[in-house]
Amino acid sequence: MRLEYSTAIKIIRVPCTGKVDTLHILRAFEKGADGVYVVGCLEGDCHFNNGNFRARKRVEQVRGILTAIGIGGDRVQMYNLSSSEGPLFAKFAAEMVDRIRQLGPNPIKLARRQAA
Amino acid sequence: MNVNTPSKLEKILKAGHLAVTSECGPPRGSDPEAITAKAEMIKDYVDAINITDNQTSMTRLCSLAACIRLKLMGLEPVLQMVTRDRNRIALQSDILGAASFDIHNILCLSGDHQSFGDCKQGQNVHDIDSMQLIQLVRLMRDQGKFIGGDEIKRPPQMFVGAAANPFADPFEIRVPRLAKKVKAGVEFIQTQCIYNLDKFELWMKMARDRGLHEKVFILAGLTPMKSAGMARYMKNRVPGMDVPDEVVKRLADTPKDKQADEGIAICVESIQRLKEVEGVSGFHIMAIEWEEKVPDIVQRAGLYPRPAAA
Amino acid sequence: MIVADKKPMEEIIAEIKEYENILVLGCNECVTVCEAGGKKEAGILVSALRMYFLNQGRDVRIDEITLERQCDPEYIEEIHDRIDPYDAVVSLACGVGVQFMAERYQEKPIYPGVNTCFMGGTQARGLWTERCQGCGQCILARTGGICPIARCAKRLLNGPCGGSTAGKCEINKEIDCAWQLIIDRLKALGRFDEYEELAPIKDWSTDRAGGPRKVVREDVQQ
Repeated sequence: MRLEYSTAIKIIRVPCTGKVDTLHILRAFEKGADGVYVVGCLEGDCHFNNGNFRARKRVEQVRGILTAIGIGGDRVQMYNLSSSEGPLFAKFAAEMVDRIRQLGPNPIKLARRQAA
Repeated sequence: MNVNTPSKLEKILKAGHLAVTSECGPPRGSDPEAITAKAEMIKDYVDAINITDNQTSMTRLCSLAACIRLKLMGLEPVLQMVTRDRNRIALQSDILGAASFDIHNILCLSGDHQSFGDCKQGQNVHDIDSMQLIQLVRLMRDQGKFIGGDEIKRPPQMFVGAAANPFADPFEIRVPRLAKKVKAGVEFIQTQCIYNLDKFELWMKMARDRGLHEKVFILAGLTPMKSAGMARYMKNRVPGMDVPDEVVKRLADTPKDKQADEGIAICVESIQRLKEVEGVSGFHIMAIEWEEKVPDIVQRAGLYPRPAAA
Repeated sequence: MIVADKKPMEEIIAEIKEYENILVLGCNECVTVCEAGGKKEAGILVSALRMYFLNQGRDVRIDEITLERQCDPEYIEEIHDRIDPYDAVVSLACGVGVQFMAERYQEKPIYPGVNTCFMGGTQARGLWTERCQGCGQCILARTGGICPIARCAKRLLNGPCGGSTAGKCEINKEIDCAWQLIIDRLKALGRFDEYEELAPIKDWSTDRAGGPRKVVREDVQQ
């Protein structure tokens, strides 16, 4: 469709969001990502049955951990859409970028800079 | 008539009278007046008075001390004892304590779970269960021995009772359970309060079919309803309670200011009906925090005056 | 298995936040099965703790090792030459593993990362339920294979109590009445008449009440 989305986003493609593990998301934040969002198929339409349900639960788990350690649970988000919904994809991208811009950079990066 | 103990309750039952017992809940404090006042209200209308043991796991003045109060008033107490809070040492010890004041009736219970009460975080004991407690008291009385085997000096002389709930699940084992308690040595039973008379009569029939009514005295439990709200609460929120819709409806259809009177009327009618049931040896009227109604109920049910125990 | 549950992150952080070199020790057996303290959970905890410390501006060394078990000396011994650099260990094993670690590595503070809950099994994925209290004198032969000591809230040996309602326990509608289960089972086995046998008073001296217990097998001792 050639719609645009922010260059602030790095996309990592997976065959199913069920493949995304809690640890993958945490490591992304560890390495300095300001936000992580997981985009999966519509619920009930997962090509592999319930991969997207697993992803949602893992996103929730990460949210809890991020809140507990003071990074902020709002930096992680689960979205669902069907593969034909290009405009929605662009909309989610804009929404996420907007939210993260408001939350500011990953506090770890700041803390690292200050410590150095 | 051969009695096993000096218990007045035992004498009255064995003489063939319909016995009447009631209960007093001890206070959540140490004022003895709370017991003596209630007892004064009902003493001429009942043969024995139960004192509950930390009922619904709410910490109260202990049953033993309250029973001693009754004894000092010249009344006949029934010591309720739950196995939730005391191990076998404490149970035997408290039994001896009661016996030292010549308390001659005991009701053996397991007790409501502590999560219902004010100490939800506490441990529970359940070193033995209610059936084993029945056996224990009989051992102490009949063989004069502690559970460990040593002899007891001046063994307790207690008339042993237990509770039965014809309305709990599963129904199919409610009579086998009664049979088990009889085998364990129970001598009288006080049932959970009855609203579903049909079900109770069915349970009685099943008990009679096994001849249990000849081996144990069964006292039918009754609690008068104060209001339709109370009926609904007991129907929906109290485990092991069976309140038929007709009872709730009868109260709900009564104007609010007359509901209490209606509740008493239902109670009296139940007693009249249950008097005719073979195997019912008496009534246990639990008018919790409404003890002042007991005289009225007993009189209207034709159970007054109480027989003098010879 | 021994079933455990993850301790809240805040609690673990509160215990180890002053240290500079932390080892997170997972266990490959029970806590892996109940998804509380295996390699995966250890990895997640390490990542989370690292980020916590980075956020505080502190460069704390946090590493992860997962042992086969922590309740056997041979496996605990495996890290004797690697544990030196750390000034604290968070063990994700059950209480047994934490204590074995503490006994072996006396100079290292060992912190529990899970709450050890009970002996039980997997009822469904994500649901583990209690089955055994370790009373030391198993009575399952008499109760149709269902334990009233572990599964009856009042551990009645001659149950059920008068609070059993529609097959559920009076304390919680989601808990099965153990005695209802026993009765159903005895009926299925054609042994319902055994229900009326009086279970004798239990000897609790082999239970916790008798003091810390041991099992000795002289035939296999060296």
